[in-house]
Amino acid sequence: MTAATAPTEAAPAAEPYLTVNNIEVIYDHVILVLKGVSLDVPKGRIVALLGANGAGKTTTLKAISNLLRAERGDVTKGSVEFRGRRVDQLSPNELVRRGVIQVMEGRHCFAHLTLEENLLTGAYTRSISRGELKQSLEKVYHYFPRLKTRRGSQAGYTSGGEQQMCVIGRALMARPEMILLDEPSMGLAPQIVEEIFEIVKGLNGQENVSFLLAEQNTMMALRYADFGYILENGRVVMEGDAEGLRTNEDVKEFYLGISSAGRKSFKDIKHYRRRKRWLS
Amino acid sequence: MQFFLEVLIGGLLSGVMYALVALGFVLIYKASGVFNFAQGAMVYLAALSVVGCMEKGAPLWLAILLAFVIMTLFGIATEKFVLRKLVNQPPIALFMATIGLAFFIEGLAPMLFGSEPRALDLGIVDEPIPAILDAWGIVISKFDLVAAGVAALLVTTLALFFQYTRIGRALRAVADDHQAALSIGIPLQHIWAIVWGIAGFVALVAGLMWGARNGVQFALTFTALKALPVLIIGGFTSVPGAIVGGLIIGASEKLAEIYLPPVMQSLFGGNFGGIEGWFPYVLALFFLLIRPEGLFGEKHIDRV
Repeated sequence: MTAATAPTEAAPAAEPYLTVNNIEVIYDHVILVLKGVSLDVPKGRIVALLGANGAGKTTTLKAISNLLRAERGDVTKGSVEFRGRRVDQLSPNELVRRGVIQVMEGRHCFAHLTLEENLLTGAYTRSISRGELKQSLEKVYHYFPRLKTRRGSQAGYTSGGEQQMCVIGRALMARPEMILLDEPSMGLAPQIVEEIFEIVKGLNGQENVSFLLAEQNTMMALRYADFGYILENGRVVMEGDAEGLRTNEDVKEFYLGISSAGRKSFKDIKHYRRRKRWLS
Repeated sequence: MQFFLEVLIGGLLSGVMYALVALGFVLIYKASGVFNFAQGAMVYLAALSVVGCMEKGAPLWLAILLAFVIMTLFGIATEKFVLRKLVNQPPIALFMATIGLAFFIEGLAPMLFGSEPRALDLGIVDEPIPAILDAWGIVISKFDLVAAGVAALLVTTLALFFQYTRIGRALRAVADDHQAALSIGIPLQHIWAIVWGIAGFVALVAGLMWGARNGVQFALTFTALKALPVLIIGGFTSVPGAIVGGLIIGASEKLAEIYLPPVMQSLFGGNFGGIEGWFPYVLALFFLLIRPEGLFGEKHIDRV
């Protein structure tokens, strides 16, 4: 094996920010889900984590946010570093205090709390005054005006799009530096998805929040991300800047079913295993 | 009319006593979505700690303080040794754990403080208030009135706490979705320790009131059974619901006890005593049919 598998050109220019180093995750002591995943998220960027169902996107995010342990999953190898310090042994609470927060897939709102109360719970880790709380709230409403108009409704009775906005807004209330955003497009109308991605882009640009974005909606994610990793079967099989991935023939073929020969039947699609980058 | 009023007021006041016990259930249910089978046992443990400490020579205030410490430690221990292992498990697993907990307490409490029934004197007499007796000719016990006042205070405080404080909101959030709460950095351990601590405090208040009224004995664990119809009517998740449910149960069972037997007798013949004993459960059953979430309970929200 040659050491020179061309280092990622578009990757971190400055100091490392979030670094995931060759992690292996096992559920219930027997089910091997991640088989050595490494990735980098540079400060102030949006990085997309792509792949099919069961590829390990969610598990990767949960391994970073340390929500795995509540599901009997365990990081057995490798390390996760945030701003140069290891964070893999921290509780989710401590990690949120350091600025890394996960927005889980499936829009986990607190159904019986109003939208505003949902947002307020997001500030739990910050001991702040009423005034500051109000300020943070207004900021979130600035990005999600729809939440403001429906602030008094119980979250369980709001639409899917509003719930997705609610959970992102709730995470913002913790004033994170980095959001691990899991599948924000799931089950939403394309127009709403577009709206949400626009807001994500806005947050990234104006609030300087970095994003690690797990998505099945490959093309959509690559339009907004700066960099992308493609996971398959618990391994990173491909990585590159978003532009490159978007125009890459293989990505087109594997994830969109489009090849130079036109659309192909799904059964002809082969699995992608060309550029292994784990150490075994 | 006077007699009716007396029965009604007496019923309402005894309903407050039920509400005190029901409150403990509501707290735990709100914060972890689980029916705490051990609440009755906690009432017993709290009352027994008070009389136990008093027997060892502590004055009443110190005994209450010690009992409070015991209940708080108990709450923290419950979180550490029982609940922490059960994060993300289905509610039924938690429920069964509380059954185990109930048996554990019922065994532990008499071991620590002895099992013989004892009286608990809070220094509040259980006799009619002369002023009211003179003015309207209605018998209202001073003790009941004090109990009602305590309950009202407790309910107001808790309701405000849940609605408007950071911890209160976090408690409700945890009840809705453990995982989401965890993901935004709410430490489940602290929250559960806090809520079991508060439930222990409520059990202490209920234990004091019930213990002073009926004596401190094993039967205190059965107060939990009286709280069940209260919860069904008021709603499992509502603090004010507990008090309203308590009032409804208290008043209706006393009124039924007095006014129903003659009606039943003329309809069916025979003797109808002890209606008080089963009436609340029938009422609860009726409520389950028409309004299963109770008067103030949270509706289950499903998306279709």
